[in-house]
Amino acid sequence: MTELVSLSGIRKNYAGVQALKGVDFDLKAGEVHALIGENGAGKSTLMRVLGGETAPTSGTVRLYGRTVQFSGPRDATRRGISLIHQELALAPDLTVAENIFLGRLPRIINHRRLRKAASEILGRLGFAIDPAIQAGRLTVAHQQVVEIAKALSNNARIIVFDEPTAVLANSDAERLLAIIRELRAGGTGVVYISHRLNEVFELSDRITIMKDGAHVETRQTSAADVDEVIASMVGRRMSTLFPPRDGRAPGRVVVEVRNISRGQKVRDVSFSVRAGEVVGLGGLVGSGRTEVARLVFGADRMDAGTVELNGKPLHLSSPRKAVRARIGLVPEDRKEHGVILDSPIRINTTLAKMRSVARFGFLDVDKERRVAASLGAEMHLKAESVDAAVSSLSGGNQQKVALAKWFHADCDLLILDEPTRGVDVGAKGEIYTLINDLARAGKAVLVISSEHQELFGLCDRILVMAEGAVAGELTESEFTEQHLLTLAMTGSTRERDNASQ
Amino acid sequence: MSTTSESAAAPSPFTPRILEAVRHYGTLGIFLVLVLVASLWSDAFLTERNLMNVVRQVASGAGIMAIGMLFVVLTRGIDLSVGSIAAVGSVLCAHLVAVQGYGVPMAILLVIVSGAACGVVTGFFVAYMRLPSFVISLAMMAIARGISLIISAGRPITMGSPGAPLVDFGSGFLFGIPQPAILMLAIYAVGGVVLAYTSFGRIVTAIGSNEEAVRLSGVPVERYVLSVYVISGALAAVAGIVAAGRTGIGTPQVGVGAELDVIAAVVIGGASLMGGRGGMFNTLLGALILGIITNIMNLAGVPGYHQNVYLGLIIILAMLIQFVTARSRR
Repeated sequence: MTELVSLSGIRKNYAGVQALKGVDFDLKAGEVHALIGENGAGKSTLMRVLGGETAPTSGTVRLYGRTVQFSGPRDATRRGISLIHQELALAPDLTVAENIFLGRLPRIINHRRLRKAASEILGRLGFAIDPAIQAGRLTVAHQQVVEIAKALSNNARIIVFDEPTAVLANSDAERLLAIIRELRAGGTGVVYISHRLNEVFELSDRITIMKDGAHVETRQTSAADVDEVIASMVGRRMSTLFPPRDGRAPGRVVVEVRNISRGQKVRDVSFSVRAGEVVGLGGLVGSGRTEVARLVFGADRMDAGTVELNGKPLHLSSPRKAVRARIGLVPEDRKEHGVILDSPIRINTTLAKMRSVARFGFLDVDKERRVAASLGAEMHLKAESVDAAVSSLSGGNQQKVALAKWFHADCDLLILDEPTRGVDVGAKGEIYTLINDLARAGKAVLVISSEHQELFGLCDRILVMAEGAVAGELTESEFTEQHLLTLAMTGSTRERDNASQ
Repeated sequence: MSTTSESAAAPSPFTPRILEAVRHYGTLGIFLVLVLVASLWSDAFLTERNLMNVVRQVASGAGIMAIGMLFVVLTRGIDLSVGSIAAVGSVLCAHLVAVQGYGVPMAILLVIVSGAACGVVTGFFVAYMRLPSFVISLAMMAIARGISLIISAGRPITMGSPGAPLVDFGSGFLFGIPQPAILMLAIYAVGGVVLAYTSFGRIVTAIGSNEEAVRLSGVPVERYVLSVYVISGALAAVAGIVAAGRTGIGTPQVGVGAELDVIAAVVIGGASLMGGRGGMFNTLLGALILGIITNIMNLAGVPGYHQNVYLGLIIILAMLIQFVTARSRR
């Protein structure tokens, strides 16, 4: 088999963070090369380098045997490389045909010829999609097909699929896999990124495993098995960062979530959290963890189900209701949802309970400064003063401000969505200690995290989600990545297989 | 993800401070320079008579409406209906007093309530239906203008003797200052206190900075968004009453195009149309700057049509200053 592309020693630094630490990767004609690893392992970044969307800090890209430097994604596309992203990049208001030929449209468009050409390509893929329809009106599966058609129309010899089946129903996923096999038979090289290990094993010829921005190993799929692969993805110890769990005594049930659902994202989820208990919500990105948090916080409406707090049913129609019931949420997206970046620390600190520093609607700013300063000291917040804008702080300290808001509001249940994302190691340890302190003070804590060691270090038990449902629960003795990943990656598929039998 | 954050050159340590100062004191600087230039250039400018004339015009023009507009703009909204609501205020006030025979205090109250009601309608669609304020207030602009024409049948309504207290107010002086100007300054003072020292002002500003973060802190964002349009509508009605008092006539021609002046005043005052940034004092300065510029152009004999062109250019200049300072922040 001829080698289509070979990446060697690819490094990529983002503002001091090493996203890629000298990765090698190659792709041959007529093969499916799977690329797997945990979230944040650097898979997507590596593929952005291949697709010309990101220039590597160092390292070489050899394409068809020659060293190349892409000037941009267009350049890569012209040389026969197509990336199909997880989030589809179609223009929803343009027609299918226009989307397929986007970027190469002539100045004057002959719509009839364009549609005919589009139909041909779609037909080759075995789909009878009307090329005159607006792309935004297609199902996600069909949009994916249009993306593939776009790649084919570019005469792509290398196609990268970034988690193509994550959003697809089972039958559509099967069809997509069939298309990929056909592409392979036609000599196209396919890079396949997926968290569904079953698919990876079914489809791929070789598997490359990445971890923390580095290449772990590449092996022939036929010579690998699921357990080994999961073991390779597993990682470093962070145990020293975690405070001891003693002194926590889980008591009465604080929150009881029963059968909540919302669309396809959250399906019949039930769990409870007790006072003084830290419960983890694990699983892959997109498995519905954040959506569950938003439902319990009233940020989205649930289709079905109930939430009880301290034995009383809640009518969660808005975050306001949740906050009044003493539920807090530290959202995943700190900068967009967690804090007001332009505002001072003190304003962010008191935002969820402003009446504590106001009398008859008039703010007592001195009192607010004292409140914010004492909370800041308690949390080891590093800032010039409480009047400094949150944007002037480091990621870890910003996150402490987001936490301080709920410390100030004094919640019974605090939900933390990726509490240490973008936080340096030192601040991570401090945040873990704060979370532990909350539990010691008898609060119920729900932690969502994609860092498994974090869940193991913090939680009393972990609920693992897959495709919107709770795939299983791990107690302390079962805290291994193997168990967690098995539930997260294969649990749901097994469930599906069982259901279809 | 983009890589722009990397490629952006690190700003030198002193530029942000300069830009910060420009943003804080820029409006004051422009104001002072303008006064200086105007008084050097024309002997007629720095006379008590002329200056009092300027503030009276500002008070019955963009001045009072700019207070409400600032609250709206702070939430990242815009209210294009203020001029039309002022027309309703002007016409309704004259109609109630001269035709319906209401007492002046009752008429004033009813007019303010009507203006607030217009704001409730706009605010409801913006806050609860999440429709763009630009479009909804544009619709309200047409509706209110229509209502003012209906009430007045398209003709000016002379208030005559029943409206005497209003006319006295509109043309009267207190401590040598036109009474409308005193009213305006009083409302600015209240607005300034509300904005700087109350939870309401804080939340309104915070909504403009990051609405989602405020919502996720358990604040009923919708109520606050609704209320800024109510304030804007009520103050527009007050501006209409002042205009009616100044001339003794309620006319549906009041406030045509005023939304432009009002938004210009707020923007020249350094408020960001992206929300979250703006101050009451600077807005007052913005309104005065606008009034002075118009005054200078009148003194210089610049034809009215040309004045529009200069006004537009001045708004572009103010936006440029905004743009440069805002860019440095991220």
